[in-house]
Amino acid sequence: MRRDEIIRAVGKPFLNDESVKISCRNVNVYYGDKHALKNVGVDIAEKEVTAFIGPSGCGKSTFLRCINRMNDTIRTCRVEGEIILDGENIYDRNVDPVLLRARIGMVFQKPNPFPKTIYQNVAYGPRIHGLARNRAELDEIVITSLEKAGLFKEVKDYLDHPGTSLSGGQQQRLCIARAISVQPELILMDEPCSALDPIATAKIEELIDELRQNFTIIIVTHSMQQAARVSQRTAFFHLGDLIEVGDTNSIFVNPEHKLTQDYITGRYG
Amino acid sequence: MNETEMRQDGSGPRLQLIKAGLKRRYAKEKIFRTLGIAAIFIALLMLAVLFVTITKNGYGAFEQTFIRLDVAFDASVIDPEHTGDSDILSSANYSGLVKKTLREMFPEVKSRRQKRDLYSLVSPGAAFHLRKMVMADPGLIGTTQTVWVPADDDIDMLIKGHIKTGREGRGRVKADRAAWVDTLIKKGAIEKRFNVAFFTNGDSREPELAGIRGAVVGSLYTMFVTLILSFPLGVATAVYLEEFAPKNIWTDIIEVNINNLAAVPSIVFGLLGLAVFLNFFGLPRSAPIVGGLVLTLMTLPTIIIASRVSLQSVPLSIREGALGVGASRMQAVLHHVLPLALPGMLTGTIIGMARALGETAPLLMIGMVAFIVDVPSGIFDKATVLPVQVYLWADSPERAFVERTSAAIIVLLAFLLIMNALAVVLRKKFEQRW
Repeated sequence: MRRDEIIRAVGKPFLNDESVKISCRNVNVYYGDKHALKNVGVDIAEKEVTAFIGPSGCGKSTFLRCINRMNDTIRTCRVEGEIILDGENIYDRNVDPVLLRARIGMVFQKPNPFPKTIYQNVAYGPRIHGLARNRAELDEIVITSLEKAGLFKEVKDYLDHPGTSLSGGQQQRLCIARAISVQPELILMDEPCSALDPIATAKIEELIDELRQNFTIIIVTHSMQQAARVSQRTAFFHLGDLIEVGDTNSIFVNPEHKLTQDYITGRYG
Repeated sequence: MNETEMRQDGSGPRLQLIKAGLKRRYAKEKIFRTLGIAAIFIALLMLAVLFVTITKNGYGAFEQTFIRLDVAFDASVIDPEHTGDSDILSSANYSGLVKKTLREMFPEVKSRRQKRDLYSLVSPGAAFHLRKMVMADPGLIGTTQTVWVPADDDIDMLIKGHIKTGREGRGRVKADRAAWVDTLIKKGAIEKRFNVAFFTNGDSREPELAGIRGAVVGSLYTMFVTLILSFPLGVATAVYLEEFAPKNIWTDIIEVNINNLAAVPSIVFGLLGLAVFLNFFGLPRSAPIVGGLVLTLMTLPTIIIASRVSLQSVPLSIREGALGVGASRMQAVLHHVLPLALPGMLTGTIIGMARALGETAPLLMIGMVAFIVDVPSGIFDKATVLPVQVYLWADSPERAFVERTSAAIIVLLAFLLIMNALAVVLRKKFEQRW
């Protein structure tokens, strides 16, 4: 298999219309000697939810973290290939990872609010980027972000309480509010519900569905039901290979690849 | 697989096996816990022995024997020409006044030798005390005042029962002096009072005048220099190595060397200080600035190691959260990681400082072991520090210094206790849960 040839996953990895937000070609990721992600090529559509599914260790989180260059912080990690966001390769030398992360927000697996007040948690991003000229504008951003994250009603009287005092689901919504406070174009979610109970999970899923109006969302999930519920497109990873990409409906109803079929029918993984 | 399934009834041999093993496991746990408790008990016992011994030896030094003298401030001795000039007042023969008073109290004393013994009942500090009184209030001249002056250290020891009177030959207090002391006791002219001088004086050759103020102030200056140098340097080093430095052979070498430095005997740092700070840079000998520099070198590895551990304990998710909203690495560290790591860093620093406070060897090499009477007034003044003061007094032959040595140790331990308690309080106060 030649490295530079574009490996096509089965299904519909590439889109031809104007709706492409990110297009990835030949993405290879190595952790030291380990080849964690092999020749991944996929397009992500704008204002849609794309779900990455696959068994543990398949590289879906690794791929997600490539998109906002979070893997830069891992010393042994090396990324090759192209990830093109709005016509620009984000791994180009002249791309600033700080600016990139202001455009691409991220929500992590475990809720990780800063050990500061709820207000400060949401205000932090706008503050460091200088998005608010005065306190009133900052208040405005904080309140809108909390509202968009569906948390404002619950916390409006406790804005000066520590973010860590909230419940797990509330913390995760706080993290979503924190991510959207800098008005990113894209939100990456790395198994955002894996540490939450079913009710909190349902709330987050509802929220994701609403956020889709304004943001492009990529969500990594272990739960196929979740992928089916929230996403419009789904990508299936297996052992570092991107196996199949397609509309969520078709991939769950009519998978083309044997591995995909085994996985979604629960025979594997 | 089949075998285990077969045995899964309540009373089967499998459960019997586990039960038999359980007893052994609990027995082992019990032995381990007993050993742990025993270890703690032994440690506490040792500590108690240390504290009891030192307190027993040292508490006496917080009291000092004083002798009452009815001193006539004779104008013809102090200021014969009634000038009122402070130079004349300060250079007057006050010890003559003390001697005269003593002669009047014991008129039967005639021979020169006996007189000398009599004069040595009171401390040489008595004359200084009189001078201070007159300088403060010249109106005393011409009056007779009742003055309590410190007794000589031998008399002090005699009153406290640490030495015996001297028929037996070796005693420092001969029978006639002992008799005078008895007379004074009968007259109520001798009593033990709180030893203020111990806390307000610098060092002295006379135990009854020696105090720890010089050493305490010297220690404070030295600690001050150590703190303002080692804390920022240590924290900055730790932050750089932990958060920014690339992981390569050079940082590995630096890390090994830092760990190595933490284990270098402190006297080696003293030699380094002597060679570099005194001989090469020509900084003043015996000064807290040099002591502080040497102790900085010694404390730095401790602070760096503690700070790095404390940085490592901040969860990665906090850093990622900050980076995820677009903070630069510097901002992620300054705004989020450092505040969370700071309590641990402070604890490490205070423990390092406590170690530095008790350090003696390196300071001997840079001359802080000199006999210094004056209380230092700055970091460039000659000074000594508490542990060195302990060493100096422990080295002195007078019996009264034994007491003072222990008393100085009590003060040193009190400082250490306060610092370590502060470390615990800070940690408890700022401890973050996530």
